[in-house]
This record gives sequence, C-alpha cells and structure tokens, in this order.
Amino acid sequence: MLLIPCPWCGQRDEIEFRYGGAAHVEYPGDPETVDDATWARYLFVRPNPKGPLAERWCHSQGCRRWFNIVRDTVTHQITRSYRMGEAP
Amino acid sequence: MSGSEHPDHLWRNPDPKRSYDVVIVGGGGHGLSTAYYLARNHGVTNVAVLERGWLAGGNMARNTTVIRSNYLWDESAAIYEHSMKLWEGLADDLDYDILFSQRGVLNLTHSQHDTRETRRRVYANRLNGIDAEWLTPEDIKEFCPIVNLSPDIRYPVTGASLQRRGGIAKHDYVAWAFARQADAFGIDLVQNCEVTGFDVDGGRVTGVQTSRGQIAAGKVALCAAGHSTVLAAMVGLELPIQSHPLQALVSELLEPALNCVVLSNAIHVYVSQAHKGELVMGAGMDPFNSYAQRGSPHIIEQQLAAAVELFPIFSRAHVVRTWGGIVDVSPDASPIVGLTPIENLFVNCGWGTGGFKATPASGWVYAHTIARGQPHPFNAPFSLDRFTRGALIDEHGAAAVAH
Repeated sequence: MLLIPCPWCGQRDEIEFRYGGAAHVEYPGDPETVDDATWARYLFVRPNPKGPLAERWCHSQGCRRWFNIVRDTVTHQITRSYRMGEAP
Repeated sequence: MSGSEHPDHLWRNPDPKRSYDVVIVGGGGHGLSTAYYLARNHGVTNVAVLERGWLAGGNMARNTTVIRSNYLWDESAAIYEHSMKLWEGLADDLDYDILFSQRGVLNLTHSQHDTRETRRRVYANRLNGIDAEWLTPEDIKEFCPIVNLSPDIRYPVTGASLQRRGGIAKHDYVAWAFARQADAFGIDLVQNCEVTGFDVDGGRVTGVQTSRGQIAAGKVALCAAGHSTVLAAMVGLELPIQSHPLQALVSELLEPALNCVVLSNAIHVYVSQAHKGELVMGAGMDPFNSYAQRGSPHIIEQQLAAAVELFPIFSRAHVVRTWGGIVDVSPDASPIVGLTPIENLFVNCGWGTGGFKATPASGWVYAHTIARGQPHPFNAPFSLDRFTRGALIDEHGAAAVAH
C-alpha cells in the first residue's frame, strides 16, 4: 500500500485516496474545430512512462481535495506532492 | 528417445541472426503463438521472437489461467470464441498435453442489476452461438455445492451465468507447446535480448536495435503487453494504453474441493483449483500506473474477504504465494491488434486482465495481419484507429468482469 503525502493532511494510507490518472492533461481547444485525431488523443492517450509520472489523487476519505504527486512507476517512490494549480 | 522420456530441450537457444523477415518483440504466450501460426498457417518461418528475459516469464507466468468466451459484444464474442475453438483442439495440434480442462466457468451475480446484465449477456452469447446458461441459486447449489448461498451474507448470490466449455489450462505447458513447435519450424526464439530502439527509414520500420546487436527485419510485430507503450515510444508511436499491477495468489495444495471456475464481479474475486490442488485466486488490479510487478496488500485482503464469504470452507486455507503482473489496459478494455501508422510495424496489446484465454486466437489473427499486411476479420474491429473513429468495443464491465 502506498503512503501518500496529501498537501493538506500529510502522510495517509492509499486506501483513503482515489486515483485520478495523469496530471496536467491540457484541454485541446474548441472541440468543434480540432480534428478527430487531436480529440481522440485528448480523450484516450495518457502518459504511461516507466519512471516518474505526475499524477492526480483525491483524498476522498479525508479532506476530499484533489492534488498532484510525482511518483516513480517502477519504485513507487513519491518525490513531490503539490496542490492543484502549482507547477509540477 | 522413448515416449516416456522428457527431451533435454524443447527448443534451441540460438544467437540472433543479422536479419529476419519478421521480428516479434516479446516472447510471451501471444508472441509464441504468433510465431507458431506464422509458420503453420502462412509458411513464414524466417522469424525471430525476441524476449527481454526468458520465454513466457511475464504475464504468461503470472495469470490465473481462466479460459472462457462469454463476452457481451459481437466483436469480442467472435475472437474469444475462435480462441475457445482453438483451445479445444490445441493439445492435438501442438502434440503436447496442456491440461486444458473444460470444467465450467460460473459468473456469480449479487444484485438485481447484476442479474439483468448477466442474463442479457447469456442471451447475447447464445445469439452468437456460444454456450451460456442462466443458473438460479438452486441450480448453483447443484453445480457447485460449496458456494455460500445464504441470504444472510453481505452480498447474497442471486444467480450465475455458466459457460460449461470454459475452464483452465496449464499456462507453462501452453507456452512450452507453442515454443517447441515454433522452434521445430526453424523460428529463432532469442532470449535475454532486449529491444532498445527501432530503425525507421522513410516512415517504414527496417529493423530493431537490441542488447544483442542490430537486427534487420522486413516486418516488426510488437507483442509486449504491459511494456507496449515503452516500446512504442521508442519509435514515436503513442498508444492508448495504461499499465497497472494485477495480483494473484495461491493456497497450499488441497484435496479437490472446487470443481469449476467461479468469478464474482461485484465483490471481485475469481478462483479455481489447479490440477495440483492449490486454489488460484485473482481480483481487481491496483488503480495506479505501475511497472513494479507487485501490488498492494489491501487488494489481497479484500479479495480474500470476498473468497471466504463466498466459500466458507476456504477459511482455513493458507496463502502460500502472491505475485503481480503488469497488465496493459486500453480505454475500452478491448485489445488493440493490427496495423500502425508506421509501415511494416504491427501492434498487439491492450488485452489487459484477460490475455491468457486469447493466447491461441491472438496469435492466429496477428499472424494473419503480419503475413497479409491487413487484419483478419476477427481483429479488424480491434484496430488502433478505432479510438479516432469512435468505434469503441466497450467491454468494461460488459465482459463479465470489472477491469
């Protein structure tokens, strides 16, 4: 089980959190004007690196706030935890 | 050699040649079956299977060996039922006993919604010519007496679907059987050979860079499950795949107690009893992306709680071993098998939590796709471009297990 540092509540067990996948996925623009490939990439393609990954978690059974962490997908080591809106 | 003797080697252990017509990247079940069917069905034998570690040491060694074809959607039903039919003749075809046991697969239901969806799937399966039955709790009592049918448990059993032709096989034997026959056709199974890059010339792949040198290839076929995006990134190809840990575990060896495969989607455990006697169990995957081949203990705790509630007689069994594999999950929980935007580069991934059962059909249709340069009718719907076209095959939940 991961020990996840919530930027508001501190270290808590993984079971208090809900995973939100990759962070910093940018909206591709006006959906009426972007082409299908761009829209599909926005909907379906996410980073899946073997190494550090910036990802979103929600402290759903704690403060119920979303935040970001940087976690290594091989070692599971968490090197950063930061609030929404902060730079990675 | 007499019939009772086991041969010293089931396949050669060759060094890679400088060039092949086809290079398959990944020596798991799907890669080995692809190699075999390339030779058997298409006469393509100048082939190498490149494996980073040892043959069938990834998910092929880590899965829970459940085989069934009771998928909801027509496209899935077609390819998984093709696989089932291949399983039914596979031991003869490969001349190797794979301990395929059609002992029946029960999918339990625990709520009104569960019941409705499962009965819908039973009817859909029948319309696709796939054996499927709806069992009431009384029927379950007769078919699998050890299931706890008490109305007083947290999620009482309301019924089940049954596919009698479903079952299990011995995963190692399946891999060895495909490897042996592929080798017999002259295909090189090259182990400890990690692909580190691709040679691309004018939008066309021409070879691979490996830890054992450069290898030229007429065609390159990716078949690397959880590592598919890592490979694809080397050639600038983005795949809609996320890699997650999926765990399994076994008990110590027990006397025969469980006569079939039982899956429960709602409380999420699946269990069968292997030929040797150990209970083999799996459950949900960890939610986060990972390549660590290990999962979280609380997933196991939940799965064992579900197992003990459903099967009170398991309560004194001991867990002997747990492990994790890395599954490649696509957005619609269906595989991606077909062409890529890069000429002569093919992709086979996204089987997620259900790849083992597809081992023969995956190789069958992938070999066709590679040899002919166009997909087989069974994998045509599972193209990479379906995500752009919007033609998803949404098996999330519909496939009788959650993903």
